[in-house]
Amino acid sequence: MRCLSFLLFIKVASDAATDLYVIGASLSPEPGVSAAPAVTSPVASRYTPAREEYGHPGIALARSAEEPSAPSTEDGESSHHHGGGYKIVQWEWSYVQTPYIIASWLLVASVAKILFHFSQRFTTAVPESCMLILLGLVLGGVVLIASKKQPYQLDPGLFFLFLLPTIVGDAGYFMPARLFFDNLGAILMYAVVGTLWNAFCTGFCLYGVKMAGAIDEKVDAGLMEFLLFGALISAVDPVAVIAVFEEVHVNETLFIIVFGESLVNDAVTVVLYKVYISFVEVGPGNVYTADYFKGIVSFLIVSIGGTLVGLIFAVILAFVTRFTKKVRIIEPLFIFLLVYLAYLTAELFSLSAILSMTFCGIGCKKYVEANISQKSRTTVKYTMKTLASIAETIIFIFLGISAVDKSKWAWDTGLVVSTLIFILVFRAIGVVGQTWFLNWFRLVPLDKIDQVVMSYGGLRGAVAFALVVLLDKKHVKAKDYFVATTIVVVFFTVMFQGLTIKPLVKWLKVPRSTNRKPTINEEIHERAFDHILTAVEDIAGLNGYHHWRDKWEQFDKNYLSKLLLRKSVYHKSELWEAYQKINIRDAISVIDQGGNVLTSARLSLPSMASRTSFPEVTNVTNYLRENGSGVCLDLQVIDTVPGAKIEEELETHHVLAGNLYKPRRRYQSHYSRHFMTVDEKERQDREVFQRNMRNRLESFKSTRYKRHKKDRSQKKRKGSDAKEQDANEKPRRNVSWQDKDPVVVPMAHGEDIHDPSEPDKDDDVGITFVARKAPETPKERPKSVPAALDVCQSPVAAPPSLTCGEKTLPWKNGVGSLPPCVSVEATKIIPIDLQQAWNQSISSLESLASPPEPLHPRISALSRLGGPLRTPAKGKSGAGAGSGSNTGSPSSGPFKFPAGKEEEEEGTLSQQQQEMQPLMSSLRPPPPPPPPPAAQSAGKRRNPCVYLRSLVTVPSSGGEPQSRKPTQL
Amino acid sequence: CVCVTVSHSQITRLYSRFHSLDKGENGALSREDFQRIPELAINPLGDRIINAFFPEGEDQVNFRGFMRTLAHFRPVEDNEKNKVLTPGEPLNSRTNKLLFAFRLYDLDRDDKISRDELLQVLRMMVGVNISDEQLGSIADRTIQEADTNGDMCISFNEFTKVLEKVDVEQKMSIRFLH
Repeated sequence: MRCLSFLLFIKVASDAATDLYVIGASLSPEPGVSAAPAVTSPVASRYTPAREEYGHPGIALARSAEEPSAPSTEDGESSHHHGGGYKIVQWEWSYVQTPYIIASWLLVASVAKILFHFSQRFTTAVPESCMLILLGLVLGGVVLIASKKQPYQLDPGLFFLFLLPTIVGDAGYFMPARLFFDNLGAILMYAVVGTLWNAFCTGFCLYGVKMAGAIDEKVDAGLMEFLLFGALISAVDPVAVIAVFEEVHVNETLFIIVFGESLVNDAVTVVLYKVYISFVEVGPGNVYTADYFKGIVSFLIVSIGGTLVGLIFAVILAFVTRFTKKVRIIEPLFIFLLVYLAYLTAELFSLSAILSMTFCGIGCKKYVEANISQKSRTTVKYTMKTLASIAETIIFIFLGISAVDKSKWAWDTGLVVSTLIFILVFRAIGVVGQTWFLNWFRLVPLDKIDQVVMSYGGLRGAVAFALVVLLDKKHVKAKDYFVATTIVVVFFTVMFQGLTIKPLVKWLKVPRSTNRKPTINEEIHERAFDHILTAVEDIAGLNGYHHWRDKWEQFDKNYLSKLLLRKSVYHKSELWEAYQKINIRDAISVIDQGGNVLTSARLSLPSMASRTSFPEVTNVTNYLRENGSGVCLDLQVIDTVPGAKIEEELETHHVLAGNLYKPRRRYQSHYSRHFMTVDEKERQDREVFQRNMRNRLESFKSTRYKRHKKDRSQKKRKGSDAKEQDANEKPRRNVSWQDKDPVVVPMAHGEDIHDPSEPDKDDDVGITFVARKAPETPKERPKSVPAALDVCQSPVAAPPSLTCGEKTLPWKNGVGSLPPCVSVEATKIIPIDLQQAWNQSISSLESLASPPEPLHPRISALSRLGGPLRTPAKGKSGAGAGSGSNTGSPSSGPFKFPAGKEEEEEGTLSQQQQEMQPLMSSLRPPPPPPPPPAAQSAGKRRNPCVYLRSLVTVPSSGGEPQSRKPTQL
Repeated sequence: CVCVTVSHSQITRLYSRFHSLDKGENGALSREDFQRIPELAINPLGDRIINAFFPEGEDQVNFRGFMRTLAHFRPVEDNEKNKVLTPGEPLNSRTNKLLFAFRLYDLDRDDKISRDELLQVLRMMVGVNISDEQLGSIADRTIQEADTNGDMCISFNEFTKVLEKVDVEQKMSIRFLH
């Protein structure tokens, strides 16, 4: 079966190649005719001259020495023969030649892939890249035999301008950002230090070998040439790494390190290459010390500049996608164009184009994905994957074809063997040395097995080949030898190592990436782990990596997201709905895909799954993974879906998973930030905050009588203050109805005001709170505007004993009135979703039966005690609030109706107050001191928040009441 | 040795952190001290984790206890020479890490996670968007998946078993606690 399909595949492939060739051959030289006769169709004549120019870049794909003249000739000739008459059928080969050849090659490559995937057993054993190279060899051989010349070759221009960007763009855009940055240290280390080490050692040692005479005399190269060669041969190649590793399925960390290294080392390679080229051209004798420093500076510029260019384009791209709402259809185009432009721009300034593109992809993804429509997202995904896949295929095929052309290279066994040995040995030594160093700092040390895989996974590929082809034979006389060596090295690493790395990984029992879906238990518990770790870090006050990531988050949230995200995305809470939809869609698509994989696997062979092409697998899974569980690498996910699984099972699992994902995702977004949307985050914060506060309240009640009450309450206040601020506006909103909350005022103002007042007020807060309310209520009612504010408070104040309940009481008292109050608030303050949550929390609170009275004395006492302690906390919280105020102010505004800052901010509040007034007034009628039972119940409902609020607000409230009293009274 | 210095500086750092948390300045942290940490208020499991710092029946935790709990999250290392406070089985062993997580669920300390306990935690971790029924079915499924002896609870053994493929050592470790 295997052989058969392979034969078939070769046959088809070679057929195609022969066709191509025959076409070329049949067109062969008739130079004289090429001057198109007058008869030539206008189109043809117009394009004949143009074709050569145009053909060069494009045709590079199918570049041939003789062809340029040949096809045009044919064209001209045919037209010539037919004379002046109108031709019914015209042979317009020259007109379509370039695109035709390109399309033919793509077709051949694609068909080859299909055929290749026919045999499952075969494909699991042999990496696709190997097969493609072999195919290329065969094709090249056929063409060579037929034409005696090798017209096609992997052209560096084509490679660097078209093929490589598609692959890198895909890699960058779909790079698991979190994983990448988590391992950034290691990646940079390996990419910079490792590559330098490899380059220098290989270069010097080759030179040493040459000196020792093991390399033939004909290899005319000095130290500089060898260093140059070492530089280009020592860089791990992204294309090869992707191609091979995607099939090996090592664990994510291992993958991202090797893969990240292969991308990032581009800067090093580019610089070394250019520096040495210039050295070689100038001649080693003319190189001065300053030039080495220039080299270093150049490295910095190339790498940092490349990164910056990428990031700039990322910002532009994200910004542009903000405004594509009306033209959804071109959203994907923007992405491709700008990412590609990032690459080209970097090339333009001879910066590291790969770096630029990678960081453009990484940087823009979050915003772009949030901005563009779901369809665009899918389009981008599939298009990128398709392009990358085909580019990869072409690269490998052409590597194979290029190798056939003997005229381009010259063999020297000594050079080849020593190069192979050196790159392997130095790679291993470099990896071990660097890992030893890195392990001092890594949370998860890389063990020996990882090191083996990393050493062995140092694949060289098309980049090296393209670079070596680019060498100028005038300066580098040993170019042919280098080309041959490079081809051997590339073939060896891609084919031999690619072939053996899988068994090696198995044999070493390298932890593989998990293909299985995580069980529900794992999902839940791992999520819990995340929460735990986060909490512990917060408790321990760690601010290393996570701290800075958090800072970045803040910055991102406050500025970048605001700038780069659509307003609808940034502000609307509808996001949640959107996410649900996406979720469902994803689940469906995954099911579909899973189903397909399953069926195909069943039909052909069970192992099929592993062969699922890179792009497909990546797409859906990538998305799901990202959203769902931050860690997963796309590449392999679907991979080994066991054939045994039934679709139904899968489906149920997905449905379940989908459901579970929601909360998590939301949560996740908060902490992992690949994907977050602010609204969700805030909302989650709010919810969690509510819940936590409620719990604390409960526990507080239950432990009321313990001695620590006072301290605790104080602490709670502080904590809640800080929390609120941190949680951003949301918590505030919920709580905001509390009259006195300092937060009520726009945050910036709130800070200033509160902070100074705090120390004095703290002591009395609790007391003032209670005392004030009772007197205030009656008086305030009559007052119109100010009264409104007071009203809110007054009811609260009325029952001194019921701190929490009091505030809520007024609303509660009028049973009918309560709902309106809530609704008004809710509409203003709380998004509909929130109302739900709010109601939930309220109802749950109701269940807590606790006598309101005991609270009050305690609270006051606590508040008194709290005063001194609180001051420091306040300062912090105030600052936090201030920072948060930017984002929060608009939303918090409406909530502020509570009386707290009337005097200062009546202007802002007046609106709210007015709105509130009617409601309040209607409620008002009940006597200022509401009946204790009603008050209690009401208080209980809203208790948690109110209560906490009061605690929180206490400091400010102390100040407020004083000021108020005079005014009101 | 780098390890020792790191560890030493970490202790120093944590000690100062401990003090900054200790608003009462009595050498011990109370729950409120923890609750004052703003991030914990928005951590779904915040209060559970706070509770984990307190030995049963106590309201205070001293620095030693503080470190003891934190020690659970030290990464597992080959060179355990810089142990700070780990007699017997190191606190950061896989088992202890798991136990720490397990206790977060197991409110009543009967060494079993009942459906109710699981539901509570789930409710904490999910948003309001999941209905109780959905959550219930998830909880059922979770238990069903983990439960091997049919008592509809998750024992610690079952808990360990169900997570045996998870890299607990990594996922329950914090690098800064070297």
